[in-house]
Amino acid sequence: MDSILNSVILLTLLGVVAGLVLYVVSKKFHVHENPLIAQVEELLPGANCAGCGSPGCRSFAEKLVGSEDISDLFCPVGGNEVMKWVSEALGKEVAEKDPTVAVVRCQGSCEVRPKTSEYQGPRSCAISALIYSGETDCQYGCLGDGDCVAACSFDAMYMDEATGLPVVITDKCTSCGMCVTACPRDIIEMRPKNKRDLKVYVGCLNEEKGGLAKKACSVACIGCSKCIDACPKDAITIENNLAYIDPEYCTLCRKCVPVCPTHSIIETNFPPRKVKVAPAPDTAGSVTVKPQSDA
Amino acid sequence: MLKTFPKGGIHPPENKLTSGQPIRRMGIPKTVYVPIAQHIGIPAEIIVERKDKVTIGQVIARSGGYVSSNIHAPVAGTVTKLDMIVDTSGYKKQCIVIRTDEKDPANAEVPEWPLKSEITLSPEEILQRISDYGIVGLGGATFPAHVKLHIKKDQHLDCLIVNGVECEPYLTADHRLMLEKTDEILVGIRILMHALGVGRAIIGIENNKRDAIERFRERCPKGSGIQIAALQVKYPQGGEKQLVRALLGREVPKNGLPLDVGVVVHNVGTIFAIYQAVQHNRPLMERVVTVTGKHLQAPSNFWARIGTPIADLLEAVGGVPEATRKIVSGGPMMGKALKSTDVPVTKGTSGILVIGEEEASRGEPRNCIRCGECVSVCPMGLEPHLLMNLTEKGMYSHASNEDILTCIECGSCSYVCPSHRPLLDYIRFGKSVVKGLTPKTA
Repeated sequence: MDSILNSVILLTLLGVVAGLVLYVVSKKFHVHENPLIAQVEELLPGANCAGCGSPGCRSFAEKLVGSEDISDLFCPVGGNEVMKWVSEALGKEVAEKDPTVAVVRCQGSCEVRPKTSEYQGPRSCAISALIYSGETDCQYGCLGDGDCVAACSFDAMYMDEATGLPVVITDKCTSCGMCVTACPRDIIEMRPKNKRDLKVYVGCLNEEKGGLAKKACSVACIGCSKCIDACPKDAITIENNLAYIDPEYCTLCRKCVPVCPTHSIIETNFPPRKVKVAPAPDTAGSVTVKPQSDA
Repeated sequence: MLKTFPKGGIHPPENKLTSGQPIRRMGIPKTVYVPIAQHIGIPAEIIVERKDKVTIGQVIARSGGYVSSNIHAPVAGTVTKLDMIVDTSGYKKQCIVIRTDEKDPANAEVPEWPLKSEITLSPEEILQRISDYGIVGLGGATFPAHVKLHIKKDQHLDCLIVNGVECEPYLTADHRLMLEKTDEILVGIRILMHALGVGRAIIGIENNKRDAIERFRERCPKGSGIQIAALQVKYPQGGEKQLVRALLGREVPKNGLPLDVGVVVHNVGTIFAIYQAVQHNRPLMERVVTVTGKHLQAPSNFWARIGTPIADLLEAVGGVPEATRKIVSGGPMMGKALKSTDVPVTKGTSGILVIGEEEASRGEPRNCIRCGECVSVCPMGLEPHLLMNLTEKGMYSHASNEDILTCIECGSCSYVCPSHRPLLDYIRFGKSVVKGLTPKTA
């Protein structure tokens, strides 16, 4: 009987002592944390994708709560909606941004861009880019080893086996920008998503002179400036033999698409043009519609 | 017992097919393509324009900074364009295209002069000339020579090491140069000893070049302070740190230079270039290139002007054979496969290696079996398997703590790996991330 009583007393005492120690320690070393941080973190998407520039949602929440001016902070995944909630919770002004989506600015499939050498080594764009310009003669285009696909934490990209190029599933893309950082060639760009995901952009980055670019890849931009003439809004510029359509000025009129002699301007998700031959039907909502000549 | 470095190292088949072939003089090419980034450091700045006439040895691109080097016209002719040409890096780089003027007598002149052994210039003048005349390390790393020779006041220097190791299989450029220009190299060593004010020099040569060792021993004057050391045949003995360790037993500190232990190391090719510059006023415009491979009709060594397209050299050895799978610039261990034969010879091109299927293909990589072979052969005492895994998993700071930056990229680990793992590919990538040159994703 005694032994039971002894152990009960001993354990109770131990418990009380331990409780006291814990109490003292928790009071003495208490770290005050703004309860807003947890609240804001609740609002954020919780993807921890680092698209905002912070390592994760928690640290982004700390940043949002901690900084006076948060107009230059933005969660690309949550978009304007989440930022509005944050603004309400914190009572601070937030920036409003148009939703963007990743586009792959290279159309150099195996068919149009012949291979001129063979690479044996680890299949990673970053590693092969360190060694040389790639298996084709275009040193600006996609290397096709899928670093962007590996970097995407939202399953929004896959490698198209037929073309050897990455494809963005626009509905899943959160525009976190991880693929943009992963690509050693800067091929992926964030462009405005617009309503119905309409986009017009130059699907090429080759800065070489027309002849050389065309030799390496038949759908390369040759810098002929025909698109500049066709553009009513002066949205197109040519630098280093390469056209670029500025999304800020582009009104998506599509006039540049048919004039491009190498079909290097891509339009996506537009309704078929009224021509004799109908373009391929839009199936998945993200299929790249090859530009059709109006002639 | 011959000297060597204690840690790691391998002995791949030597395949020195061309060690008996005298250095042939390539004709002057019709057009030369001179890249402006032929050395480690800042690329040179072009100072000629299209349609300019250039004389032989004229500066056409001026050193772009301290760690940079002048580039001289290797032929007399006309600048036809400033163009982008694929170089050994595998990318198109800025380069000066010069069409040779066939009538210019300077192009016909064969740059062979009688030995001039009297040193007339002062140490300062010698160092200035090395810097002006575009001399870079010709062993392969192309580090501007004047930077290595710049000794700060608080640095103590007691020995000049001359690197005649040529541990890369297949290559014989340095070997032939040592045989054919023995006296010139000895004068070059004396020039450097005079310029640096050191009384001691050691020529390190691997024991598979007995004839070169003997020739140096015959010709080397007694009491000159120049010593000839035969070394055990082991790759990568030609690495600076390995060579210093082998010859003097001094350990170059990690992230340090041989100068930290009182040594300056120069390749025999560089020494010969310095001799030419100092004694004959000749800038660095040509170098010895070994063109070799088991399938070639007549593998040989050449004096080739900088800017000669590699295709010309391949033609001179009977063309590219049918069975070719890879053309490598440099040796089989550290060389780089070329993308095109239009790539020009640069200051760093020590050899062109043409390899067939049996040697070219890399095995299918399998899992690491933890055999530890890579660890035992690493001359820097690293753990290549660990560095590769850390890089693969993106743990760059850990890799940095494991001294990934001390890797000399000799490729011994990839060579011995029984699972054919691409160790060096990953380590090289990891290094570039740790140095901050590449974004952190793989």
